[in-house]
Amino acid sequence: MIRALVAIAAAVLVAFIAVPLAALYAHLSPAAFARAIAGAPAQAALRISLFTTAWSLALTLVLGTPLAYVLARREFPGRTLVDALVDLPIVVPPAVAGLALLFVFGRFGLAAPLLEPLHLRIAFTTAAVVLAQLFVGAPFYVRSARAGFAAVERSYEDASATLGMGPLRTFARVTVPLAFPALAGGAVLAWARALGEFGATIMFAGNLPGVTQTLPLAVYLGLENGDIDLASALALVLVTIALAVVVATRLLERRAA
Amino acid sequence: MIEVAVRKTLRTFELDVKTTFGRGVTVLAGPSGAGKTTLLRIIAGLSRPDAGRVALDGAALDGVPAFRRDIAFVFQEYALFPHLDVLGNVTFGLAARGVPRADRAAQAHAWLERLGIAALARARPAALSGGERQRVALARALAWTPRAVLLDEPFAALDHATRGTVRDEVRAVLAALDVPVVLVTHDETDVAAFSAPVVRLDRGSVVKDDT
Repeated sequence: MIRALVAIAAAVLVAFIAVPLAALYAHLSPAAFARAIAGAPAQAALRISLFTTAWSLALTLVLGTPLAYVLARREFPGRTLVDALVDLPIVVPPAVAGLALLFVFGRFGLAAPLLEPLHLRIAFTTAAVVLAQLFVGAPFYVRSARAGFAAVERSYEDASATLGMGPLRTFARVTVPLAFPALAGGAVLAWARALGEFGATIMFAGNLPGVTQTLPLAVYLGLENGDIDLASALALVLVTIALAVVVATRLLERRAA
Repeated sequence: MIEVAVRKTLRTFELDVKTTFGRGVTVLAGPSGAGKTTLLRIIAGLSRPDAGRVALDGAALDGVPAFRRDIAFVFQEYALFPHLDVLGNVTFGLAARGVPRADRAAQAHAWLERLGIAALARARPAALSGGERQRVALARALAWTPRAVLLDEPFAALDHATRGTVRDEVRAVLAALDVPVVLVTHDETDVAAFSAPVVRLDRGSVVKDDT
């Protein structure tokens, strides 16, 4: 009796997740998909998404790797606080993140006195898309990379030092290769989160086709404009990427184990 | 020659050592937790003393980072790089010194031959036995002609059967070196087997010094 209930509960949830995703694939004929995806709006959204996520991933790696290493290896006052702070964007609602970014980079934001003299406008530009993605995506990378670095035994770094490798070369030749599955897994997750970013982007960057309109925004606008084929074609692209991400992170986790 | 005069506060006692390790093997003996490993790490530059100095061949090593000391260290659990094969491990110190790739392989192979593990060049550390790992660790430490060699309990990770054989081999290899060699052990059979000068530590202090 209990076993049957457990099985039913499990089956209901699995179906609840699987059926809508399958419905996405069933909605469009291959021809309609090809037509929608070849159109200018879809192409523009794809281009913006690839461009902005490439930048946000690059910034995530460049800024997140040192932070993750320091959090994993060094003791310093306020470390616990920084650690918690970095995790915060994972649970903060994206719309709130967007508003917060506006308060810093908006026309009357905290950074305005710095940006204004340089004639730099960030809010509602492609740069704002990148910053929104960085804000919501980077924590996933830092979290995973920190755990990866912490799991590298110090004796390997010590051995590298006694063999004559300086700190940077030790990092590149020993620490990074040993932490690689965690670094790659975190990067994939951060990139996927950036690609799916909606709330912070629409608040902070707006929804301008060809400038700030990423794939999720184009899905939303397509639906609103009654272009269901465009919306579902782009949705299919996003779901397929998500599927690939899940498979990739599983493979990386297996490699790490 | 390694001259040591260092102090460092450890958890339950003070490490306070003043001694000299000359050319050839010196056994640094004493019970577990006497501060032997800490002293080795200070000499290698992996740990900082609270006060005092270490000098190698008359030159003070104050402020010289571990990677510029040219002092080889064989770790107790060997710390072989798991992502590199045996050859990659043994050539690591040569790569650090900018030795050309082809020369690296040749020099490393000479050591692998000498230690009887040439057939394992392409094996990963995880696939090796304890005795094989020990030999790889030794080859990795010696392949780049260090100015001093430190070994931390080099036989502790080995089972009883291989211990004696490996010890005899290691002793022969170390005897041929013309630099200071400090071998840490808590095991009195090792001390007896090496018939070398002994520095004995207990709770951070030198209680016997043959040097």
